[in-house]
Amino acid sequence: MSILVDQNTRLLVQGITGREGSFHAERCMSYGTNLVAGVTPGKGGEKFMDSVPVFNSVQDAVDETGANVALIFVPPPFASDAILEAADAELPLVVCITEGVPVKDSTMVMRYLKDKNTRLLGPNCPGLITPGTGTKIGIMPGNIHMAGKVGVVSRSGTLTYEAVDQLTKLGIGQSTCVGIGGDPVSGTTFLDVLDMFNQDPETEAIVMIGEIGGTKEQEAAAFIKQNIKKPVASLIVGQTAPAGRRMGHAGAVITGKAALASEKMQALKDAGCHVIATPAEIGSTVKAMITG
Amino acid sequence: MKLHEYQAKQLLAKYNVPVPENYVAATGPEASAATEKLGGKSVVKAQVHAGGRGKAGGVKIANNPAEAAEFAESLIGTTLVTFQTGPQGAPIHKVLIEQTMEIARELYLSITTDGGRRLPVIIASAAGGMEIEEVAQNNPEEVFTEPVDPAVGFQPFQGRRLANQLNLPAAQVRPFSSLVDACYQAYMDLDCSMIEINPLVLTGDEKLLALDAKVSIDDDSLFRHKSESELRDTSQEEPLEVEASEAGIAYVKLDGNVGCMVNGAGLAMATMDTVKFAGAEPANFLDVGGGAAEEKISHAILLMLSDQNVEKVLVNIFGGILRCDIAARGIVDAYSKADRQPPLVVRMLGTNVDEGKQILSDSTLSATMVDTLEEAAAAIKG
Repeated sequence: MSILVDQNTRLLVQGITGREGSFHAERCMSYGTNLVAGVTPGKGGEKFMDSVPVFNSVQDAVDETGANVALIFVPPPFASDAILEAADAELPLVVCITEGVPVKDSTMVMRYLKDKNTRLLGPNCPGLITPGTGTKIGIMPGNIHMAGKVGVVSRSGTLTYEAVDQLTKLGIGQSTCVGIGGDPVSGTTFLDVLDMFNQDPETEAIVMIGEIGGTKEQEAAAFIKQNIKKPVASLIVGQTAPAGRRMGHAGAVITGKAALASEKMQALKDAGCHVIATPAEIGSTVKAMITG
Repeated sequence: MKLHEYQAKQLLAKYNVPVPENYVAATGPEASAATEKLGGKSVVKAQVHAGGRGKAGGVKIANNPAEAAEFAESLIGTTLVTFQTGPQGAPIHKVLIEQTMEIARELYLSITTDGGRRLPVIIASAAGGMEIEEVAQNNPEEVFTEPVDPAVGFQPFQGRRLANQLNLPAAQVRPFSSLVDACYQAYMDLDCSMIEINPLVLTGDEKLLALDAKVSIDDDSLFRHKSESELRDTSQEEPLEVEASEAGIAYVKLDGNVGCMVNGAGLAMATMDTVKFAGAEPANFLDVGGGAAEEKISHAILLMLSDQNVEKVLVNIFGGILRCDIAARGIVDAYSKADRQPPLVVRMLGTNVDEGKQILSDSTLSATMVDTLEEAAAAIKG
């Protein structure tokens, strides 16, 4: 009843001894995630929380623990190296939380991953969570989630929490919530996640949250029109943003006409999506969509 | 990070991109001396971080050194208002004094990273000297693109293909390809987010020259480009935005009167939208970031309040990495230090929300507490 992560997930955290890494590794564990290993070069042999073994390399960790998902918290200058190390160890899923990775590094990483069977989520993303199996791979507050049948995919972090919170308060649970991140070059796309939700028998409806900038939402709209058989509700934020200004996310800058919120909303509407008019109406729109 | 034209040309010249002979001048006598060196005639170009300089009177042709000095003096120390600067304009501290030439053709060339392809792409057009967005909109068949595989770099066959599409004379095919390759090397080495040469000119004596150049460097890469970091000219940016970026806060000043402080860029945009839908205008975009400390929250609010247009404040925090109690302490601290206390609407959710609300209610602040975006909109309107 989920995509990408579930009860079979064996998590490895790269950068587990750092401030952010240790804080969130602990929270993933307490949510129920099976945290099997940590990696910090030079700190192999230590134990995290007195129970989780720390290794010097990803390969050692995989060999010893059978880890199958990596979660990365290392600082930006070293993030691409961490992703490549995880891909070299043939981990099927790598989630990079790190914000501020140079675009060139992400470009080189994506070129390297072309010939690998590793899926990258991020960088600069909140991660993903499957509430039904208690599997949290990321930095989202676990307690706002509720198990259910709506898949959520978003470019944003805290706005995804907002969406989930509105859903949960209306009693609408989630199958899996995925934050793909706001960087201009990143791994997993809207299309990838939409496709997985479409094929997941336990996901019955989809919420997609986009932003101004780029044309990712238009590509998603075309894909939805062609392929998606399930109802999709969609919100685009940045409707009031001025042109030409970068709004925090590197991706969120209005350049050409295609990057405008209005263009994106029209494309999604034409694709048959339920367009969410304002950020306050995420929950109510989804409720109307799945009950109506 | 944007660079000035003169800085861009200096960097590109190091990579053997042909640029016109040029000198930077900060005074009339310097402009006059430079024009002397160029043989008595020159083009005087205002150095600001904005396009549209020509139409705005920022580019002038001097027929003799005295005229160059006169133009330089009339520009330096003033502000130039172009369609890209906004009404406040951008200050001119320097001018570029450049050789004049006979121009046979104007072309367009740029490199940027295409997020969809996840590759650097070369964009070229025979319609140089115009806004490429307009060309792409009205005559998409005149815009040619070549994605580059970063594993092998830009290839000569791609250069030949582009040269052919641009109808360059046979003698210019190789020089053009080398020029593009040089730009690509600079793009990758310097972690650029964009290099734009518009126009790239073919001169009367059949030479290719980068007549204008815009270079932006990826801010996230500056940790490994110390010398390029020093090229930043903060006088070209909004002062509050400079202060914010130095504090690690993402802030964009807007024209409204509702100051918004939010954690996360997406939620910040959603909050601005909410304000606007309530019939009010956001005064800013402000993303305080993930693991912000109390001091950073306080700094963010004080920075926002230093915009005198701010008459109301909306704080929207969804605790995740950032804990609500820390945010609350930051808010209380900022309001105790601020010279004015505009009405405050606070919405808090997520990690440590009860502690956060307690801190606010124990303080002397009279904040309006709301739970949903709808309530926030109503409180801002009221």
